[in-house]
Amino acid sequence: MSKKQLVQLENVSFQYDSEDRFALKNVSFDIYEGEWLAIVGHNGSGKSTLAKLLNGLQFPQEGSITVNGMTLNEETVWETRRLIGMVFQNPDNQFVGTTVQDDVAFGLENNGIPREEMLERVNYSLEKVKMAQFLDQEPHQLSGGQKQRVAIAGVIALRPSIIILDESTSMLDPRGREEVLETVKELKDIHKMTVISITHDLEEAVRADRILVMNKGELYREGSPEEIFQMEEELVQLGLDIPFPVKLSKTLKEQGVFLSKHFLSEEELVAELWTFHYKK
Amino acid sequence: MMEKMIFGRYVPAHSVIHRMDPRSKLLMIFLFVCIVFIANNSWTYGLLVIYTFAMIALSKVPFRFIISGLKPVLWLILFTLVLHLFLTKEGELLFQVGWFSIYEEGLRQGIFISVRFFLLILMTSILTLTTTPIEITDGMESLLHPLNKIKFPVHELALMMSISLRFIPTLMQETDKIMKAQTARGVEFSSGPIKERVKAIIPLLIPLFVNSFKRAEELATAMEARGYRGGEGRTKYRQLSWGLKDTTLLIFLVILSVLLVLFRT
Repeated sequence: MSKKQLVQLENVSFQYDSEDRFALKNVSFDIYEGEWLAIVGHNGSGKSTLAKLLNGLQFPQEGSITVNGMTLNEETVWETRRLIGMVFQNPDNQFVGTTVQDDVAFGLENNGIPREEMLERVNYSLEKVKMAQFLDQEPHQLSGGQKQRVAIAGVIALRPSIIILDESTSMLDPRGREEVLETVKELKDIHKMTVISITHDLEEAVRADRILVMNKGELYREGSPEEIFQMEEELVQLGLDIPFPVKLSKTLKEQGVFLSKHFLSEEELVAELWTFHYKK
Repeated sequence: MMEKMIFGRYVPAHSVIHRMDPRSKLLMIFLFVCIVFIANNSWTYGLLVIYTFAMIALSKVPFRFIISGLKPVLWLILFTLVLHLFLTKEGELLFQVGWFSIYEEGLRQGIFISVRFFLLILMTSILTLTTTPIEITDGMESLLHPLNKIKFPVHELALMMSISLRFIPTLMQETDKIMKAQTARGVEFSSGPIKERVKAIIPLLIPLFVNSFKRAEELATAMEARGYRGGEGRTKYRQLSWGLKDTTLLIFLVILSVLLVLFRT
C-alpha cells in the first residue's frame, strides 16, 4: 500500500497499575489514511487499551505513538483528540447533553467554536446521521442505535480525520448495529475519514479493508478479511466466532461441495450457491 | 409513578411567562421573597395577592397543577395558623371557652402569615411550572457568573446540575429494571411488614450504586475524549435572550415594591 501513514505505533507497551501482566506488549503497526481498519480480539486481548492509548486517555510506558506527525504526549493530547473522535460501547454513558442537540454541541463547546458555526455544524451532523427530526428529544426517549448515531454526530461535528469505534455496536440489537455501521460507512466516504473499529464481532470486521488480530496484548496477525478468515480454527481458538457465511462455506467444502473461495458476505455465498449447478 | 413526581412539574404551554428569560423569572422570585416581608396590613397583602393571581393567569397553567403544588405544605401552613391563634395574646378578646381564648391580633397574624406562605409557594410554583429544569440551570449559571471572580465554580456547578437532570430518567429506568430482576428472584417490594420492605431496598440500592459509579467513570472518559477540560475557553450552545417582556416584568415588580412601602403601616 502506498498510502500515507496517519498513525504509527512503535514498540508500544502498556501495563495498568493494578495488574502485573502487560496489557500491551511491544505492539507496532501503522494506520493509513482513508482505510477502515478493524482491530479484533477476545476480552483481555488489549484491544480496548489500544483505543485508550490512541486517544491519549492513557500513555504507553514504552514506545511511541505518532498521530499525523505529532508524537502523542501530555502536551499534544488535546490537539490529537481534535483529530480523533471516539464512539464508546455504552450508548447511555457517553450522552452528556440533556437533549440531542445539546449533546452534539458538547464537543463543539469544549473546543470553543463560535455559536453561529455551532448551530450550522449541529444541524449538518444530525442531518448526516438521519437524526435531524430528533433535535429536542431527550436520551431516554431514544433507542440504543439512535443514541449511538447521536454520538457519531457529535464526533462528526468536530470534523476529525479518524473515528474510533470502541465496541460501539456490541450493546445494540442487529438493526441498531446495521444502522450505526451504515452511517459510519457513508460518512467515511463523504469525509474521507479513517475508521478504526475495535470489536470482538467478526461480522463487523468483515466490512474492514484490513484486520489486526490481537491476542494477550500482542499483535497476532494482520491481513485483509479474506486472509484472516482463512485462519478459521485458529480464530476459534482465540475466542473469536467466525461469521456465518465463512462457517457455512467451510462446512460445504468439507462435505465435498466445490466452492470457488471462502465467502465473507451472505449475498456472495447465495449468489455462488444458486448458480452452482448451472456453472457445473 | 416516580417519574411523575419530578417531571410532572413543568407544564408546557404557550404563555408570556413561558417564553420569558429564566433569569428574569429567577430574579422575580428573589425580589418577591424579599418584598413579601414589607406587607403588614390588608391593603398591602391585597396588592400581593392580586399580583400573584395576575401572574398565574398570565402563565396559563391549569389551576389544578398549582393546587397540587400547595398540598404538601398545607399542613405546615395550618400549623402556623393554629400556633398564632393560640399563642398571640394581644388586641381585643374575640372568643373564649374556659382556658382557650382567641385574640384579634392572633387571628390577624395567623391569617397574614398563612397568606404569605401561600403566596411564596404559588410564586415558586409559577417558576417551576413554566420553566424547564435545564432553563433554570442556564439562568442560574448566567446570574451567578459574577461569582467566578471570587473563584466560585459556577460552570462546574451548572454542569453538575445538567448532568444530574439528564441522568434522572436513566436511573429511574434502571431502578425499574433492577426491581423487576430482584422481584423475579423473590424479593418483595410492595407487600409484607414495613421492616421487611425496608430491608428489600438494600438489594435494589447496591446494584444501583455500583452501576452509577461505573457510569460516572465512563461518562468522564467520554467527556474527556470529546475535549472537555473545564469551563475555560468554552463557548455556549444554549443562549438566553433578555427581551422587553423581561424588563417589563421587573419594572412591574419595582412598582409593586414602591406601592407596598407607601401603603404599609
